[in-house]
Amino acid sequence: MSTTPVARAIAVGAVAAVLAACGTGSEDTTESTADASGPVTISWWHNSNTDPGKAYYESVAKDFQTANPGVTIEISAMQHEDMLTKLDAAFQGGDAPDIYMERGGGELADHVEAGLTKDLSEQAKDVVDKLGGSVAGFQVDGKTYALPFSLGVVGFWYNKSLFEQAGITTPPATMDELYAAVDKLAAAGIAPVSVGAGDKWPAAHYWYYLALRECPEQVLKDAVKSLDFSDPCFIKAGEDLEKIIAAKPFNKGFLSTPAQTGPGSASGLLATGKVAMEMQGHWEPGVMQGLTEDKKGLGEDTGWFPFPSVAGGQGEQSAALGGGDAWGVAKDAPDAAVEFAKYLLSDEVQKGFAERDMGLPTNPAASGSVKDPALSGLLEVRDAAPYVQLYFDTAFGQSVGGAMNDEIALMFAGEATPQDIVEKTQQAADAEK
Amino acid sequence: MTVSADSREASSSATGGADRAPARSALRGRRPGGRSASLRVALEVAFFVGPALVLFSVFVVWPIIRAVQFSLYRWKGFGPLVDFVGLRNYVSVLTNDVFIGAFTHNMVIVVLSLLIQLPVGLAIALLLNRRMRGQGLLRTIIFVPYVLSEVIAGVVWFQLLQPEYGVIDTLLGAVGISGPEQGWLGTPDVALYTVFVVLTWKYLGLAVLLFLAGLQGVPDELIEAAEIDGASWWQIQRRVTVPLLGPTLRTWGFLSLIGSIQLFDMVWILTGGGPANATTTMATFLINEGTKRYNYGIATAASVILFAVALVLAIGYQYFVLRRDVVDADAGSRRVR
Repeated sequence: MSTTPVARAIAVGAVAAVLAACGTGSEDTTESTADASGPVTISWWHNSNTDPGKAYYESVAKDFQTANPGVTIEISAMQHEDMLTKLDAAFQGGDAPDIYMERGGGELADHVEAGLTKDLSEQAKDVVDKLGGSVAGFQVDGKTYALPFSLGVVGFWYNKSLFEQAGITTPPATMDELYAAVDKLAAAGIAPVSVGAGDKWPAAHYWYYLALRECPEQVLKDAVKSLDFSDPCFIKAGEDLEKIIAAKPFNKGFLSTPAQTGPGSASGLLATGKVAMEMQGHWEPGVMQGLTEDKKGLGEDTGWFPFPSVAGGQGEQSAALGGGDAWGVAKDAPDAAVEFAKYLLSDEVQKGFAERDMGLPTNPAASGSVKDPALSGLLEVRDAAPYVQLYFDTAFGQSVGGAMNDEIALMFAGEATPQDIVEKTQQAADAEK
Repeated sequence: MTVSADSREASSSATGGADRAPARSALRGRRPGGRSASLRVALEVAFFVGPALVLFSVFVVWPIIRAVQFSLYRWKGFGPLVDFVGLRNYVSVLTNDVFIGAFTHNMVIVVLSLLIQLPVGLAIALLLNRRMRGQGLLRTIIFVPYVLSEVIAGVVWFQLLQPEYGVIDTLLGAVGISGPEQGWLGTPDVALYTVFVVLTWKYLGLAVLLFLAGLQGVPDELIEAAEIDGASWWQIQRRVTVPLLGPTLRTWGFLSLIGSIQLFDMVWILTGGGPANATTTMATFLINEGTKRYNYGIATAASVILFAVALVLAIGYQYFVLRRDVVDADAGSRRVR
């Protein structure tokens, strides 16, 4: 009985060993099919497991098969969390699907270091050139390892009628205006902001954005490479965050509020009109739709404004925090897989992707196809931003990012200082070196 | 009388095997003796034990060996094991404030369980053991939470405990009491105790059920004799029933100890170890390090430490507490007969 927890924890290891055995076998087969010009089967994992996305991707695969006889695409459409778990197991066994989703940053760098992903710089050069700056987060040492198909930015989603009720006419553009809006909402008896600090990353996004406002671009670029956080601007970000927390804008019980599961989650509170705003990623409207009974979310009341500027900040005041999803190709995948990944980024497929509100397209040709007014406003901010910083936890990798998020969540509980956040992050970073 | 003797034997073998030795010798006596049968016996043993042994080796022993191996490397969960770091993972776990906090929380749950669940469970069992109307219904009600899956119970309680809009806060609000500002699960000082209350709700039924089973094993004639001697109900419970319940209580203590050390599901669902690490346990720590941060080396080091802690406590408990039961029960049974 006493071995149960251990057995549970290391079952992962056993699974890995089994998968490793399977993995080597199927790698051989893919290589032999890649050499021959005969029929090729490509496995494709994605997370659009509900319509219209699911049906759309099925038709996209069918179109590609018709245009390329002999190629068969095996689609596995999975729920997002399931997909991540299965991907982890597949990577542990060294047998990733031919085409899968990458999130970039430190995670991608780890996959590259372990020799799991294919360098697409040459084979997909035309697509990489077309996507321009969007691929930055998916490059390691100047080489592109994944093709981003959706890139979003984080900002404040708000309830237009609650803002109106509180007498707020224009969305806040500076921190002072944000504080004024919070006061007005509180005076009107409306809980101002919800944050899913229970899941940590939504809370961490505040610190990330404040670091973007306080730190010059070059400092952040260097930090991602050198994992050196000694610049005083990181401390200032923490001090700014302390000020926000001291203003008490957040929903009751925010320390244990989950990000987006259930009506009591941060997104649920916004969707059901219990708070006036929440800082979240571009996926928020879709999440809110799933959390309301009529499947409409906030509907017409949905509004969006970018993170306010910080007076005296040394960073770019219109830089955005964001991230996205990209198609990665497994190291040993056949050439047809690269062709298919390129096809997924074509004008035609990206337009269809945008028309169905499946995400925010990266191919400039598809920008006009986004119909949702809130999302197209967000797209404008993204395209006008001097640069889009990848979420720090993704950029630094889970180990450093996790330590950082934990410490930021502690600050929300009043148990960490600006200095603590920098120190703990640095400690985790030093352990990586 | 035979009925009560039978049920007593059944319950004592269920609660710790006090009568295991005599039972085994009885079995041997029934078998046809002789050396010719020894090969057959050996084959029989191999046939029945073999598959279990193979499964045990593959799914328990081998993973433990691998875990010890992983814990000596820095490993992200994929790619080859190349970065040997010796005992560094162990040092970083044992000097980690969060892990020390997690260990403390496990110990708090162990102590609280023994101090609160034991007396409460015993009291309920003694009450339910009296003949009364609705006895069966009451027993069922007490036991129902234990039948629920831990995850389902956790999700339900999570909803009930939602701050402001949850049922519990609404009910408290209706009588003019306001819960903690951040909610029961969101306030660092309260969260661990809230989790403990939910755990007690969930596991009290098991304690009561075990104690009731143990009470079935207390011979009626002893109680009748005590009654004839003029003992009050309280005296009978204190002097006769509870002492004879000893083996059951100690077995429950063992189950509770092990359960508290490997506590994971309920905490993971209710708080995920938060807020501000106020409810982390050793198990949530290692899952967090492994599957969330991809520090599999550190996670397996923590799992080996958890294994060692559980092993030491289990063996210690067996040695100091449960060992006495064999002597006790033998003496007891002699006295009864």
